[in-house]
Amino acid sequence: MRKIILAIVAGALAGALAAPPAVAAEKLKIGFITTLSGPAGIIGKHMKDSVELALEHLHGKVGGLDTEVIFGDDQFRPDVGLQVADKMVKDDKVQFVSGIIWSNIMLAVAPSVTEQGVFMIGTNAGPHELAGSQCNRMFFTTSWQNDQTPEAMGEFMQKRGINDVYLMAPNYAAGKDMLAGFKRTFKGRIVDEVYTKLGQQDYQAEISQLRAKNPKAVFVFYPGAMGINFIRQYDQAGLHGKIPLYSVFTVDQTTLPALGDNAVGLWSAGYWSSELDNAANRRYVSDFRKKYGYTPSFYGAEAYDGIMLIDSAVRAVKGNLADKEGMIRAMEKASYASTRGHYTYNVNHFPIENFYLLRAEKGPHGLVMRVESTIFKNHKDAYYQECKMK
Amino acid sequence: MNLQLVLEQVLNGAQLGVTLFLMAAGLTLVFGIMNLVNLAHGSFYMAGAYLAVTFYRWSGSLVLGVLLALPATLLVGVVIEVVALRTLYERDHLDQVLATFGLILFFNELIAIIWGRVGLFINLPGWLSGSIDLGATFSYPLYRLVIIVAGIVVAGALWYMVTRTRLGMLVRAGATNRTMVAALGVNIRLLYTLVFGLGAALAGLAGALAAPIYAVQPGMGDPVLIQAFVVIAIGGIGSIRGALVGALIVGMVDTLGRAFLKPALATLISAPAAQSAGPALASMLIYLLMAVVLALRPEGLFPARGH
Repeated sequence: MRKIILAIVAGALAGALAAPPAVAAEKLKIGFITTLSGPAGIIGKHMKDSVELALEHLHGKVGGLDTEVIFGDDQFRPDVGLQVADKMVKDDKVQFVSGIIWSNIMLAVAPSVTEQGVFMIGTNAGPHELAGSQCNRMFFTTSWQNDQTPEAMGEFMQKRGINDVYLMAPNYAAGKDMLAGFKRTFKGRIVDEVYTKLGQQDYQAEISQLRAKNPKAVFVFYPGAMGINFIRQYDQAGLHGKIPLYSVFTVDQTTLPALGDNAVGLWSAGYWSSELDNAANRRYVSDFRKKYGYTPSFYGAEAYDGIMLIDSAVRAVKGNLADKEGMIRAMEKASYASTRGHYTYNVNHFPIENFYLLRAEKGPHGLVMRVESTIFKNHKDAYYQECKMK
Repeated sequence: MNLQLVLEQVLNGAQLGVTLFLMAAGLTLVFGIMNLVNLAHGSFYMAGAYLAVTFYRWSGSLVLGVLLALPATLLVGVVIEVVALRTLYERDHLDQVLATFGLILFFNELIAIIWGRVGLFINLPGWLSGSIDLGATFSYPLYRLVIIVAGIVVAGALWYMVTRTRLGMLVRAGATNRTMVAALGVNIRLLYTLVFGLGAALAGLAGALAAPIYAVQPGMGDPVLIQAFVVIAIGGIGSIRGALVGALIVGMVDTLGRAFLKPALATLISAPAAQSAGPALASMLIYLLMAVVLALRPEGLFPARGH
């Protein structure tokens, strides 16, 4: 009996191996991974809503093909993210994996996806490894390399002649990139550099230490709920207005509703804002507000751009999804209407783009990040020379 | 490192400690008396925070919001006990873990459906915001002091209830020998429901007090729950005294570690090495402490007698 079962199983396996590869897809499958549950679920919601808006704008056909987008929840954990991506690639046979908020998750997922010959279109995390030593032809991102945005903030603070800055960030891949980026352009005195636990809620102990050092300014990177907690506790400690607070990826449309008036006047830097004036962005922001009733964040704009980038690639090869080289060449041109306006791709498939100084203020649609000035024009990341792609 | 800063960090540690105590008190009673591993205890913390925000917005008074959130989370706890957990007492711990983990997911999504995924915020009323001067150059956020005082008051009330009232006697008896209490004709089922509701209300109070300082959002109870489990492992399961001592130890070790470990390491090893080792070690400290306690005293520092 056992032998019979064994034989059947073996036969079935052999059959599966011998089966011809799935008929070259008439259908485009995109796996979109983000954080949909827990405190970071709000970021995932911005991304998912934006992907769905992009699909609506494309009438459900990305690159002219029937499209299925499979959403996956990484639960804010690299191991889960990798599992979800593996399932998308092996079971769902997606041609593109996209999304991913967190750098530690991106570092787990991207190499595995590209190794299996599937495109990875990042729409937020930009760890330096993927821009430099681990760059890959099958990887593109519609966001930035982590260091770039804090480089812009460092440049701004340097020009303003600010000195004695206290730095804080969560202790993980992106936190370290952010402070490294800041220190690349900011040459003034740094009082101290403090790393906290990823996802920490209470910062009172760190704020006490900070106050004891009496810095002239504070620069932080606290995305999502961490930022809400940090800024509100900073206020409650009576430091708001006493020690100026500068940040990146901390004050944005995912945290502004919770920060409320505490955030008005806070500086930030970024490649995008809902107030950026170009045709694609006006359409994206106004349709987004109409459909969902809130203002999108940069997380959403990146996700929207991700789908549009895929659309441009598939269109360029006329729907022939087997032509991966053709799609790479098409994406390298970045020839689609990005919500940030025109940009180009560097040799490592990271954008060369503008970075703006932003400031939170009240507008007709509630709090928004107003574009104050352009800090960097066509800014390249610091790692592309380490990338040996071709 | 000056004395004032150390004092300030001790206050910070006490504040974390009392929050953890409010969480751990319910957890340890439920675990000790009902032998139920309740992973969903963090959900009551979250529920307390959400209910406090809702009542605050409705009534315009933070005090009223927190006070109304208490019976409301008690009710949530009782309903959960009656509907979902009753059938689990006789099952083994793995089933309980699985079922209560399911409850976490259920509550996180339910909250997201009712209140949305965007974090809620409330501002402190004027008389509670700002700092209080505790010396010439030393000020401390007033609301954090209020939390410490509230925690101490609740700890006192709990101590009175457990040691001086009939309900407390039954609770202690239940923690020591459940079978005997049931054999003596006590309605153990009702006792279980009461204890569970009380535990939920305490967690709810912790959440309600935390609402004005933390982001109120789905999943906010999960990190606190992990620390509460560390507290009861250190303090001894089923012991309120253990929960109090354990919570204060964990609060102090975690806070002082985060504040002073890096500068202390920097005097021993090079600054860059301390920069990378300090934060990593600081976030591990309470778990290291737990491992040491478990190795030396597997029952915890103050085990409930009779186990």
